[in-house]
Amino acid sequence: MIASMMLAAINWHSVLFLVFAGLACAFAVAVVVADNIVRMAFYLVLSLGSTAGLFFLAGAEFIGSMQLMIYVGGTLVLLVFGVMLTAQAPFISIKTSTNDRVLAGVVGAALLVVLLQAAFSVEAWRRPGVGEVANPSATPLGMALLGVRVDDPPAGTSPSLVRSGYLLPFEIVSVHLLVVLVGAAYLARAKRRRIPRGIETADVAASGGPR
Amino acid sequence: MNPLNPMHAPTVLASLFAVNLLSDPVSVTHYLVVGAILFTAGIVCMTVKRNALGVLMGIELVLNGANVNFVAFSSQYLQGEQTASIGLDGQAIALFVILLAAAEAAVALAITLNFYNNHSTVDIDQADDLKG
Amino acid sequence: MADFLINTVGLPEWLAWVITAGVAAALILNVIAGGALVFIWAERKIAARIQDRLGPTRTGGRFGWLQSLADGIKLLGKEDLMPEGADGMLFQLAPYVSFCASFCAFIALPFAFDFVGQRLNVGVFFVVAVLGLEVFGVILAGYASASKWSLFGAMREAAQVVSYEVPLGMCVVVPVMLAGSMDLVTIAEKQAGWVTNWYLFHDPFTFVIFWVYVTCAVASVNRAPFDLAEAESELVAGFHTEYSGMRWSFFFMAEYGSMFLVSALAALLFMGGWNGPIPVAELLGLSAGTGDTANYFVRLIGCFNLMGKATLGVLVMMWVRWTLPRLRIDQVMTTCLKYCTPIAAAMFAGAMFWQLALPGGVMRGMSRPAGEIREGWLEGPGGRAAARGTAVPAAAVPPKKLMQVQP
Repeated sequence: MIASMMLAAINWHSVLFLVFAGLACAFAVAVVVADNIVRMAFYLVLSLGSTAGLFFLAGAEFIGSMQLMIYVGGTLVLLVFGVMLTAQAPFISIKTSTNDRVLAGVVGAALLVVLLQAAFSVEAWRRPGVGEVANPSATPLGMALLGVRVDDPPAGTSPSLVRSGYLLPFEIVSVHLLVVLVGAAYLARAKRRRIPRGIETADVAASGGPR
Repeated sequence: MNPLNPMHAPTVLASLFAVNLLSDPVSVTHYLVVGAILFTAGIVCMTVKRNALGVLMGIELVLNGANVNFVAFSSQYLQGEQTASIGLDGQAIALFVILLAAAEAAVALAITLNFYNNHSTVDIDQADDLKG
Repeated sequence: MADFLINTVGLPEWLAWVITAGVAAALILNVIAGGALVFIWAERKIAARIQDRLGPTRTGGRFGWLQSLADGIKLLGKEDLMPEGADGMLFQLAPYVSFCASFCAFIALPFAFDFVGQRLNVGVFFVVAVLGLEVFGVILAGYASASKWSLFGAMREAAQVVSYEVPLGMCVVVPVMLAGSMDLVTIAEKQAGWVTNWYLFHDPFTFVIFWVYVTCAVASVNRAPFDLAEAESELVAGFHTEYSGMRWSFFFMAEYGSMFLVSALAALLFMGGWNGPIPVAELLGLSAGTGDTANYFVRLIGCFNLMGKATLGVLVMMWVRWTLPRLRIDQVMTTCLKYCTPIAAAMFAGAMFWQLALPGGVMRGMSRPAGEIREGWLEGPGGRAAARGTAVPAAAVPPKKLMQVQP
């Protein structure tokens, strides 16, 4: 009876939050603890995937989907790709010295304490959330990226305040991505001169001519 | 109330246990704690790992911890209308962080592969060619 | 259903929600597993017929219809092998990662107006994003097997899937733009009515981009002619060379689940979703408001419609697989980067300008009264206004109007 009373009081939103938060934190710590680089990549995938779940729970569905699509589905696949290109026996697990580990642990613990203190320091942040929003929609976000703000201003700000859209940052990021694409392709291009002549010709002949 | 002050420790502990994690609605602080843990894990990962790609993973974790905070501060679910939420701006910034992280990962990976091509290793401790 | 359990049966609220969630999950799981059974049998029969054979004939009496069940039992009884140098944990987890990704994407996939696990306002992106995660299972399997064939397969898969997500995303964006919503339910509802209302026939650009979508979808689920990850003539069996028994069958279930998923997505985005070519329910006078039973009946018809379209898509994929030869890896990349991406980009721009000039579409303009089109233009949320560019002053767009989700 008591158990069923307790179950009835459970807020499933909070339970889901705990599940995702626990997974995200546990796998983030696992990334640090693990030595094998491929396992680290796997844990990182799970950690970032769980974070996407947290975004969904916070009502940021578009951000959550983008996290899954760009971060987990794109960036991390790229990272795993890099891991596999360089994962030769001596580099799969490079050990760190114990001194470094202890030092990093102390610094990390200090940082964590500071951050936690900041997290608990503001009364308004500890107030329980409302948990319901009428008609969640990605439209205001899309409009904001186009430079038009259609969302309601946050409470407490003056209604006459002109809020900026994000058209210019959006364009800058687009150009930035293009530059990065070109730059990355240039940096990682195959260096023909490093391959001995004989092997290259044999390779070309075997694959049926130059491509 | 300062959580670091030893005089306040009992109050802080009591307030921690007074919060029933299973039945109370999630607040911004919950998200901030997750963000803090992710951020710290990322920093430690960046400092400890000697594999260049491991350092890159640490950077991803740090950016992600920051993103969790941005989303938490912008979320209407967590704050409602009444408190000082940063509204949509947080989500937009989180979006830009994700995009820039993708760009950063692409460049860092290219640099790592270039380093691997030239030095046949990914151990960043051996990247000391410029040391006088 | 949760309301029914609480109010009629009288269960406590938490139990009702748990049961509802369990039933929904079990239903989705059954769609995947049962679908895989049927599709594997169908694939064997279709392959056999295309190659002028008979295929399975004996198991279960006529047509060998129990063949996949017998296969399943055989797989269950097989010894579970693991190669010696393998990374144990990753090797064992990889098939479940693949399967989970395939399963999770079904959560946001609507089968009819109300038959959806969780209605998301960014449903399209969620499905595409989660589908992209399936590649992780394949990469991990390839790496953990400690076999060069598996690793080659995994590397090919990673390169291919990352590349094909770009044109796939561009194709998916076009129906989103036309509907003005990323909600799969809204997108499908906007195509209600006769077959001419389908986005496939909305304008010439959407017609072309549908075929680009089909190409990219086949590539992103690793079916022939894009099945380089498991090219059995070069790589033994590619990424699942070292797998046997149950784990191997999980890879297969994930593959058939994804095939069904991309076909269902094609149906939802381009072929009217659960709206049949002929609006039977409306002709019979069964609108959503007629009553509970009629309502349910309409949904059931819709569900059958969607399943039928998705199954058709899967059958076409099988037909393609047993007809076309496998591409080389450079040909795969050429198809993606030199053909699919530019075509998709051009069609995207074309569809955008078409939407600007003729918002109702060609066929729609004929089959719908003009007033309805104008009304649709006015009440369309972000998509229409976004298509008009940034010239829209904020004051001209009432914020509340934009926030509301189309019924």
